[in-house]
Amino acid sequence: MIGLSLLAPCLLAPCLGLGLPLAAINWHSVLFLLFAVLACGFAVAVVLADNVVRMALYLVLSLGALAGLFFLAGADFVGAMQLMIYVGGTLVLLVFGVMLTAQAQFVSMKTAVGDRILATIVGAALLGVLLLAAFAVPEWRQPGAGIVPEPTATPLGLAMVGVRVDEPPLGAPEGRRAGYLLPFEIVSVHLLVVLVAAAYLARAKRRKTPRAIEVAASVEPPESVAEHAAIGRTAAAGGSQQDGTVVSGRSASVLVGGGS
Amino acid sequence: MMPLFGDGGLPLFGLLGGLFTQPVGVAHYLVVGAILFVSGVACMAVKRNALGVLMGIELVLNGANVNFVAFSSPYLAADGSRSLGLDGQAIAIFVIVLAAAEAAVALAITLNFYNNHATVDIDRADDLKG
Repeated sequence: MIGLSLLAPCLLAPCLGLGLPLAAINWHSVLFLLFAVLACGFAVAVVLADNVVRMALYLVLSLGALAGLFFLAGADFVGAMQLMIYVGGTLVLLVFGVMLTAQAQFVSMKTAVGDRILATIVGAALLGVLLLAAFAVPEWRQPGAGIVPEPTATPLGLAMVGVRVDEPPLGAPEGRRAGYLLPFEIVSVHLLVVLVAAAYLARAKRRKTPRAIEVAASVEPPESVAEHAAIGRTAAAGGSQQDGTVVSGRSASVLVGGGS
Repeated sequence: MMPLFGDGGLPLFGLLGGLFTQPVGVAHYLVVGAILFVSGVACMAVKRNALGVLMGIELVLNGANVNFVAFSSPYLAADGSRSLGLDGQAIAIFVIVLAAAEAAVALAITLNFYNNHATVDIDRADDLKG
């Protein structure tokens, strides 16, 4: 609230400075400007930040502002999905990933200066091409007709089960239009398979066959192996000899991975 | 020839000048989408943390989503031009769902990599290098 009350004069100041009467201001456009600046600013902040926790925070804010842009474009259902799935689901997943891997040396990883310069050049070139394309079509440059959009939850939901009740867009050919039943089913099964696969990939592994690097790492001077095996036995709390060997191989590989 | 510097000065400045009084058009949203897309590509290119690369992918997908929503909006379409209608929003929802699936699998792969190598530095993921 304090932020909003501070922001409103900042947004009003240019209008009044330009000599615009208050009634001439298009508040939809002002809100668009607010959300667009927030979304783009935080997106650039994601790139510029080195700390991965801050990057996650900026990404949350950027995608939240993007949901505001969706609402302003009349896509209320998509905006709500953006808030629920992205901000509420995907980013929580990402933040968990950040927390699970947040050792001190990985929280802030610097990029080489040469890489930064190269990325800036390539990014600026790509942005130039995209802006040229965005302004290439005269129809896109004109201000919108301002047709107030209808709520889209019911037409979208019915389209997902194959029934179209929405008005065809202006100038579209007449006739029956297809719904989205088959894509909906494909995406559902896809999501199910992918989540099962993700749970399979990320499961906690108790035993595993030692890989080549671990076999190589476990062939060490005997006292080192005995030491790792002792560590492994305390961790495994009296497991069999085979368990101890596997765990010692794993801890040795971790040491190799951390040291190389 | 160059639409960015075409008739009546820079359209970018023309867009910004009328922003307080005129309704926004499709091009405004395209600019936002372009900035998000480029930020995501730069993020994917420069970040050494695997999770940073994932965040770049999210930004790229959202940049594409902005364009889908902009082209589907009847509010933004100019007089006499047609919008995508509801199709664009349906595609945007599919993109969101697939992005969630992709994030889940990519995060699982990252955690697996972290368990095996004790690092999330993608420069160290060179086991398959010949």
